[in-house]
Amino acid sequence: MKEVVVLSGKGGTGKTSIVGAFAALARNKVLADCDVDAADLHLLLSPSMREEHEFWSGQVAEIDPDRCTRCGLCEETCRFDAIHAYQVGRIGCEGCGLCARLCPTGAIRMKDNLSGHWFISDTRFGTLVHARLGIAQENSGKLVHLVRQKAKELALHEGADITINDGPPGIGCAVISSLSGAALACIVTEPSLSGIHDMERVLSVCRHFVIPALVCINKHDMNEEGTQQIENYCDSRHIQVISRIPFDPRVTEAQVQGVSLLEYTDDSYITAPIEQAWEAVRVRLDGKASGGP
Amino acid sequence: MVISIASGKGGTGKTLVATSLALALKDTMPVMLLDCDVEEPNDHIYVKARLTRTSSVAVPVPHVDESMCTSCGVCQNVCAFNAIAVLGSSVLVFKELCHGCGACTRFCPVEAITEVPHEIGVVEEGVADGFLFVDGVLTIGQPMAPPVIRKVKQRGVRDGVTIIDASPGTSCPVVEAVGGSDFCLLVTEPTPFGLHDLRLAVETMRELGIPHGAIINRAGIGDTRTEEFCRSEGIPILMTIPFDRRIAESYSRGTPLVEALPEYRQQFVELFKRIREHVT
Repeated sequence: MKEVVVLSGKGGTGKTSIVGAFAALARNKVLADCDVDAADLHLLLSPSMREEHEFWSGQVAEIDPDRCTRCGLCEETCRFDAIHAYQVGRIGCEGCGLCARLCPTGAIRMKDNLSGHWFISDTRFGTLVHARLGIAQENSGKLVHLVRQKAKELALHEGADITINDGPPGIGCAVISSLSGAALACIVTEPSLSGIHDMERVLSVCRHFVIPALVCINKHDMNEEGTQQIENYCDSRHIQVISRIPFDPRVTEAQVQGVSLLEYTDDSYITAPIEQAWEAVRVRLDGKASGGP
Repeated sequence: MVISIASGKGGTGKTLVATSLALALKDTMPVMLLDCDVEEPNDHIYVKARLTRTSSVAVPVPHVDESMCTSCGVCQNVCAFNAIAVLGSSVLVFKELCHGCGACTRFCPVEAITEVPHEIGVVEEGVADGFLFVDGVLTIGQPMAPPVIRKVKQRGVRDGVTIIDASPGTSCPVVEAVGGSDFCLLVTEPTPFGLHDLRLAVETMRELGIPHGAIINRAGIGDTRTEEFCRSEGIPILMTIPFDRRIAESYSRGTPLVEALPEYRQQFVELFKRIREHVT
């Protein structure tokens, strides 16, 4: 069982639309939405929820006003500036517990924190594991880890060969958590200066964690010069560019209808490059090709 | 006045709005642009910033003097982040997990722990065409963006207008970037993904108590549900930017909207006036 994660660096390059199309193409897989901050894959898959679970993670300090003597030690020692006027700000508190250990009257208690929810759902393309991090919560990396773990367990249970993971934008905590230990990263980029800049950074993260990566250029015709720049960059680093997908308003139209692009149209102008991308991912996962960063 | 730009969904046009707003206002007031999307900072490309000063961002992490350590295990027990572990007679520190709270150092009974700086990124400062510019860059492989964002924001000045470009999403980096803003512009698009993530962004702003309004970018693609949501929730739509292939193409080459299509300059000035009405 192997995991492929779709990343981009920059947001809005088309990760989720492409994962939605991969979902229609791939056989024998489990899907995982690792963008727990702003999960959107379910909007294409109309999932019916099989299981819902709470995600408890970390703690938050709470001051008992009856026992507090207003000595101010907690506020003074908090490195996160989370305590003001003998009250703990839920959002600033990182749950380190220093204040609770130092409080001379034992007025501070650490409370477990409900950080979000995660779900197992059935979709017409198979099982989907997804999650929703609570508003302004921390620990997105841990929730991503949990989503991946459950997806892997379900894949083993169902006898699936792969999990396809829709990743978050950026390069930080949630991306590292989505990427570490995966068999392959598929980087969806676009030929804008920001898209290229961000692709380079996320490819560096792949290199840092020694995860092989492929590049898929979306909306390649918006800037052919930029597309050439991406290809030159990838060539010089022996990174395979697996497909060039044109800009096509039908990608958005499919999203409005709440379906995968491949259910919305069978016009090979847009479907062929996506099929080509999936084929390249599949071949690489099967180990029939080598190379990469 | 501090105006932050956030979105929920990535790629809706935060950077486009932040850079064009800075460029449109810089002739009439002091402007500072802070790029707080430290995972993927891009504003410098569009405003052609000349970065002249770089400073390190470090978090304090424990350093254990093993000649003094008794392997008692207190450090491991007080660490809420599993960032320090006692294995036999040695102590392992996982710097990437450390939040720098200082608990291990404080509670070590033999004072074997000191704190040393661990660099997780840099802050870059300079000028763009007529305004001050600061961004943060998270080091490759580092998970924790908030300390870098905090350092960028410490550079912000309060006279004139400070524009903060946040990262996508709704979790800690966004909260850190938008915290303390007088107003937050939520840039969205009229698609199901745009709407879904706008709802999350709105909830975040309500939780934080930050006044906010929406900008609908790429109007004309998708459907009308995003607009209907804003109206029914009483979220002012402060600007609408139609989908225009010319905008996308020139922007992809690094040209800010107000330079590619100068007729937008006045619209950004008007946008600022509308924000000011909402703030006062």
